[in-house]
Amino acid sequence: MGRFWSLLFLLVPVLGVAVFVFAVVPGGVFDNHWLPEDISQHGKVIDDLFMFILYLTGVIFIVTGALMFWFCWKYDAEKNPEPVKFTHGSHTLEIVWSILPAAVLLFIAIFQMDAWADNKMVYPIKDGKKKPPLALVTGRQFEWRIQYAGPDETIGTEDDLHIVNDLHIPVNEEVVLRVQSQDVLHSFFLPNVRIKHDLVPGMQQHVWFQTKKTGLYDIVCAELCGWGHYKMRGRLIVESEEDFEAWYANAVQEQTRTSHNVESDN
Amino acid sequence: MNTSSAVSQGHGHGDGMTVSHFISTYVFSKDHKMIGLQFLFTTLLWFIVGGLLALGIRWQLAYPWSDMPIIGGRLFSAEGGQISPEFYTTLFTMHATVMIFFVIIPILAGAFGNYLIPLMIGADDMAFPTLNMLSYWFMWPAFICIGISFLTPPYGAGGGWTSYPPLSAVRAAAPGSQMAQTWWLMGVTLVGISSMMGSVNYMTTIIQMRAPGLSMFRLPLTIWSMFITAVLQAFALPVLTAGGVMQILDRMLGTGFFVPEGLIVNNADMITGGGQPLLWQHLFWFYSHPAVYIMILPAMGMVSDILSCFARKPIFGYKPMVYSISGIAGLGFIVWGHHMFVSGMNPMLGMTFMVSTMMIALPSAVKVFNWLGTIWGGKIEFTTPMLFSLSFVSMFVIGGLSGIFMAATPVDIFIHDTYYIVAHFHYVLFCGTAMAVMGAIYFWFPKMFGRAMNETAGKWHFFLTFLFMNGTFYLMHILGAVGFPRRLADPYHYETFKHLLPMNRFITWCAIGMVVSQIIFAVNFFYSIFKGQKVGRNPWRCNSIEWFCPSPPVGHGNFDAQPIVYRGPYEYGSPEVDTDHYPQTQPPPDGVKSSEEVH
Repeated sequence: MGRFWSLLFLLVPVLGVAVFVFAVVPGGVFDNHWLPEDISQHGKVIDDLFMFILYLTGVIFIVTGALMFWFCWKYDAEKNPEPVKFTHGSHTLEIVWSILPAAVLLFIAIFQMDAWADNKMVYPIKDGKKKPPLALVTGRQFEWRIQYAGPDETIGTEDDLHIVNDLHIPVNEEVVLRVQSQDVLHSFFLPNVRIKHDLVPGMQQHVWFQTKKTGLYDIVCAELCGWGHYKMRGRLIVESEEDFEAWYANAVQEQTRTSHNVESDN
Repeated sequence: MNTSSAVSQGHGHGDGMTVSHFISTYVFSKDHKMIGLQFLFTTLLWFIVGGLLALGIRWQLAYPWSDMPIIGGRLFSAEGGQISPEFYTTLFTMHATVMIFFVIIPILAGAFGNYLIPLMIGADDMAFPTLNMLSYWFMWPAFICIGISFLTPPYGAGGGWTSYPPLSAVRAAAPGSQMAQTWWLMGVTLVGISSMMGSVNYMTTIIQMRAPGLSMFRLPLTIWSMFITAVLQAFALPVLTAGGVMQILDRMLGTGFFVPEGLIVNNADMITGGGQPLLWQHLFWFYSHPAVYIMILPAMGMVSDILSCFARKPIFGYKPMVYSISGIAGLGFIVWGHHMFVSGMNPMLGMTFMVSTMMIALPSAVKVFNWLGTIWGGKIEFTTPMLFSLSFVSMFVIGGLSGIFMAATPVDIFIHDTYYIVAHFHYVLFCGTAMAVMGAIYFWFPKMFGRAMNETAGKWHFFLTFLFMNGTFYLMHILGAVGFPRRLADPYHYETFKHLLPMNRFITWCAIGMVVSQIIFAVNFFYSIFKGQKVGRNPWRCNSIEWFCPSPPVGHGNFDAQPIVYRGPYEYGSPEVDTDHYPQTQPPPDGVKSSEEVH
């Protein structure tokens, strides 16, 4: 039976790698079962890092899996006539397999620091000043409230535009968003922009990104926020500069009209 | 045993002596073996509960909002046989709570720690038998609290096992859950008290009560890992207890430790404030990250012993193994922030935690290489415990490697809170720890009951579990790569995740297969207790001290002769003797110096 079990353990790296290959290569049964389309400027760095780690860990996975199979196959008590190798270990090997992974891990650690810093630490600068946020995104159970800063570039003034769940942004432009939560934790997750940031009540935070493709994408809440967590869906609408301006002007008009109506109703 | 006649008369029926004897032997027993078995049976029962809860989650993900066949009408009559979104949050909260606090931690430390520590160090019992009894009985208030929490109508606690405030701390945020979250917090705090009693006991016992000749570096790795686990628990648990009490106060008295001012929950202004939600996350993960190692280290220890025994070869690199267990424990205290990379925590701090997290992969890698070194050049016997242990190594590699993805902070931005994480920790905790526990049950069963479990049934159980669990958890990596989020009752109304339904159905059917395969185990387990093949002291030809005493060990006291230890537990295939094993308690042949003395 040793042969059978060895082959079972061989299946682990064989099928394990096959599944990932099917997922990464377009087409086939696992079509579109991989990192979703990336429409951001910074996303490539993240995806490349993902793939780099995938290849690196893939090699270790294959090597350890193959060794596991080979040792089970060769040293099966039923088939192996050789006496047991009576050894308690090897100092040289221990040093080699401590230092090698340590170096690799340290390399990954240092290699990724810039991408992290760009994403979370280097606030965009415009004309020598911190770029003002385009809008304030507020998470609440179970919707996204979006408040555009308006022409005065200040959130909380009279010219603000209020929208629910639809976040329109201009393409090819660095967008800064102020994010906050009104009640519980939420997480602002844009799968196609490779952005995720928890919204913590009591904290004012910022996310920034630049898109390179127009279209309609999902805004996902990625932090459990109550029974309706699953339905806290928003839409990210990436538009050309002109379309964005046109939509914005239109939306402002609509807001003015409805608020007048509300006032006259009262 | 002192039998109290007052107690026996109070019962007023049957033979009084027998009743009190029964209670002191099987209920309020101070014998570590009985306490270990109590933990084992209790945790296995909870394992069934946790598994069924998981199937509930899987059903919803495969057939969202559809009637659950057969049982749906009874369980969810109010929703017409469907799982409601509220109940879905309860399902995953309870699945994790039960599996972590009622299965994995108590089965490792409570069941195997209790049963094995005195036997493997040649002691007649734990250092504090009464404390040991209490550590088991303090689990029961916890069971009751979590039970009440689960059954509070209309649905139970739904804050996730992480219980992040303000959702968990502000009652209005989960209006239907009423007192459920408070009961949940009390339950988890009580589990902590039970674990604390256990860990104090384990540390003292291992330091103080080792048999003559059993130096620390002659301890089996099982005992080393139990020791380090106890240290981890002793230092990390008080923080969770403090956090738990603070959150209970937030809920009951409105102290606002974790609640900032200015919240508008459910269209109502909250009056409390002045707190910080991130504080809870720090406190929680300061315990719960070391707890991840509490949930894997004992499994690693047991696997090391089983691998060496059935490779008939000494463990490769004993001391590096001990150092890497210690290294994992030490580093384990400074990596908790990797659960919080995108939580709004200072990104500089995130970078620091990223480096320490990368480094903790190192001792784990060293352990894997040493396990491979152990089976290299041996004479492998493919028994059921060995198969489970080999699969532990094979699966732990996957769980360990996928951890590197989320340690890399930029990648974590994308995969955080997705099924990539779910795949990762199930590979460590289910495919790793649970498989090791299965192996350990098959391995030590003969010692516990004096009878062996059926090998053929054991191999079928292994084979089916191995296939189905990989079918269940491996594809979750792929879901995670698409960004498929955790804890969503219906992810398919997002355009990005719509097409993932068929894969989720496949996963669900594998999960059902996995649960059904456990019936083989349950039947084998109970059949073998009564009808299994009788075995002697040492059926596996193993070296460590527990095999020196009778199977099952004699009443209170374990050993029929004082064990004296001459060497470490891994001298398989030693040239000093003719047999392929060389028990720790066997005196060396005349004129032969033990190999350790020669060095």
